[in-house]
Amino acid sequence: MLQYIIKRLLMMIPTLFGVAVIIFLLLRVVPGDVVEAKYMTQGSQFQSQDLMDIERKKLGLDQPLWKQFISWMGGVLRLDFGLSMWTGSPITEEIKLRFALSLQLAVMATVVATLLAIPLGILAAIKQDTWIDYGVRVFSIAGLAMPSFWLGILMILVMLIVFKWLPPMVYTPFWVNPWDNMAQLIWPALAVGYRYSAVATRMMRSAMLEVLREDYIRTARAKGLWLKLVLARHAMKNAMLPVITVVGLEFAFLLGGLVVTEQVFNLNGLGLLFVEAISHRDYTLTQALVLIVASVFIFVNFATDIAYAWLDPRIRYR
Amino acid sequence: MRLVHALAVAALLVLPAQVQAQKNGGELIFPVPSEPPSYDGHREETFGLIHPIAPFYNTLLRVDPNDPSGTKPYPSIAESWTKSADGKTYTFKIRSGVKFHDGSTLTSKDVKASYDKIIFPPEGVGSSRKGQYAVVESVSTPDASTVVFRLKNPSGSFIASLLSPYNFIYKADILAKDMHWYEKNIMGTGPFTFAEHVKGSHVVGKKNANYWDKGKPYLDGFRAIFIRSSAAQVAAVRGERAHIQFRGFTPADRDNLKAALGDKITVQESPWDCILLVSINHDKKPFDDKRVRRALTLALDRHQASEALSKIAIVKSVAGVQVPGTPYATPPEELNKLAGYWTDINKSRAEARRLLKEAGLPDGFGFTFKNRGIPMPYEPLGVWMIDQWRQVGLNVKQEVIEPAAYFGVIRKGDFEVAMDFQCGYIVEPDLDMYKFLSVDRNPANYGRYTDRVLDDLYDKQNRATSDEERKKYIRAFEKRLLDEEAHYLMTLQWHRIIPHSSKVKGWTVTPSHYLNNTLDVVWLDQ
Repeated sequence: MLQYIIKRLLMMIPTLFGVAVIIFLLLRVVPGDVVEAKYMTQGSQFQSQDLMDIERKKLGLDQPLWKQFISWMGGVLRLDFGLSMWTGSPITEEIKLRFALSLQLAVMATVVATLLAIPLGILAAIKQDTWIDYGVRVFSIAGLAMPSFWLGILMILVMLIVFKWLPPMVYTPFWVNPWDNMAQLIWPALAVGYRYSAVATRMMRSAMLEVLREDYIRTARAKGLWLKLVLARHAMKNAMLPVITVVGLEFAFLLGGLVVTEQVFNLNGLGLLFVEAISHRDYTLTQALVLIVASVFIFVNFATDIAYAWLDPRIRYR
Repeated sequence: MRLVHALAVAALLVLPAQVQAQKNGGELIFPVPSEPPSYDGHREETFGLIHPIAPFYNTLLRVDPNDPSGTKPYPSIAESWTKSADGKTYTFKIRSGVKFHDGSTLTSKDVKASYDKIIFPPEGVGSSRKGQYAVVESVSTPDASTVVFRLKNPSGSFIASLLSPYNFIYKADILAKDMHWYEKNIMGTGPFTFAEHVKGSHVVGKKNANYWDKGKPYLDGFRAIFIRSSAAQVAAVRGERAHIQFRGFTPADRDNLKAALGDKITVQESPWDCILLVSINHDKKPFDDKRVRRALTLALDRHQASEALSKIAIVKSVAGVQVPGTPYATPPEELNKLAGYWTDINKSRAEARRLLKEAGLPDGFGFTFKNRGIPMPYEPLGVWMIDQWRQVGLNVKQEVIEPAAYFGVIRKGDFEVAMDFQCGYIVEPDLDMYKFLSVDRNPANYGRYTDRVLDDLYDKQNRATSDEERKKYIRAFEKRLLDEEAHYLMTLQWHRIIPHSSKVKGWTVTPSHYLNNTLDVVWLDQ
């Protein structure tokens, strides 16, 4: 098992390096830079070339690409992502501010999704082709069909029109004021968690149906074991494998991918930061965010593989 | 004594209702659609800096906060000023008793240091508005309460240029130590003191109890919340999580808010000192032919568009080179004589077709129109223009370019016809017409033409000694730019719509979303 873990960890290095090279080059292929984004988009009558030259020099954009890349990679190896080209603030500070909110939202949405998906998926499988199964299918297909931001907009409209109330617009950490924190984050967590649960419910149902048809389940039932016990001790563990993959990938996606939902609920999260960094042509911040999100994906995949190995001994012995 | 008393009572009776009813207290909450890259007003160009940061500072002069035209100079740090007979020397008397938020006293030295940074920035220090003060020869301080600006030649717009809301007065001692200090720190003399800025989230200001204008500000503080999505901004006002958004909403947002909240919402509107222009690349054929350019403007029915588009987009007035209703704007009856402004669109389009035929293009021609990828109001105006051009036989393909890359593309001249944009902090001919000077005088002239007659008219209006003389040159400039040469096309003037909580009092809409954000005169009726 240890050898397996070390091998997987070492494979992360070339993957992350590849991501770093690709994002560095891709950003520079796109027309425009941070200085143009800052000084040429406000409709000002006076555009100062002097100012643009000063800013480019200050940001190192006048240097050849290879020098810019080496300087950036040198910083990354020391875990120093540098300064945001847009604000001039340390990137770690910019990300830290948003990370707490994004992480909390991802955890809350995952909890909502898991709490819905696992029981509903199992129920739909054991009550296959009954009205319960149909009901769960309608519920989950509706979740797949509705984008979470659209559901978020509906929630806001209902709260505004029916209850004349709107969630707080500014993030308050849970330890500062749990009520305000929950009043803001519960709604996007429900909107995102519902869509997320729809995927997982479908997966749980089909995996469970497959497992329930296995010989060892039939044997267990034939021995006279109680259904709940068979499900809990024999079926669920095996049916969870594909669900864990889905939950893991979705969790990684939620950390940086909730761009529109964050806009709808005005959440100061990583998704919004990502979009702003790209639209501002903030190379350093975009590069750092891409590397972080890629790292999260790689680690989540790694954790999923470890969980697989734990759940299925055949994998670790291969 | 009785007479004095009677006069005082009479004065009270004629004071506007809002002056009598001002209330102290409360926190003004407003969404800001973008966030400032730094805190340095001398360097930045976005309203995202003005809305949350301007309340911490004062400027030398300001625009009268009660003037809806947003053009009248009003004292601020300077309590009075004089102009020399030759029009080349301006002397400002600095107000006494003005304190920085650290308790130190503001003097003329601070004003000079701030303007030196703007006009004569040392190497490595960026100043966005340096070009606006090219006429200034020197700034001097004969004593602690006097600042003198010496100009190279008289300028009709010099005082207006000092009304820039970006020209915060900084502390000289701080600038002497570090010219970049104000990029990351806030310390001014304004009506509010800085409390906190949570990046991506909000800025909070608290009442400056030692503000020099006694009795102000009325508010206990303000909270500027960064909200990018316009739907979320509208929801914030509708859900009473915010009082006002100072940039502007769409007509549909206004109508929805009014329908939902009724009397709880007050709407203020104004022509907006922003306009989408059409750049015609004079380096590309057949656009080097003024008959073709004139045909492009003659095809547009601006009057019909004003009616139709104002219902769905943030545009309204038919305009020339000045915002309608402001001191130097051409009256509508005179404007309607220019090509493309005629009220008879059939006559106008017939003339467009005749000109195309005369230019050797009797069957029209096709071209690509580059538009900026911003929905409001670029999208509706782009669609409208393409339809109008189609009606005189032009086959136009639209290419939408991502906003951050847009100006880089058109600056290189890689276009035939493209949407351009201009937005000013104050309506002033010098500032508004600078855009259209020959390309060697202004690289932001994306039409890439050289027109010395136009340049000469610009200089003449700048040096005119009377309003009437200045108006004469502005009219001639406008006629040459938009009609005779049709170098640029004007679309419709933007229209600023501010639906705000009826609790907000003391704030007046102006044509600029950069003005009236010091918040010293704003109060909440609650």
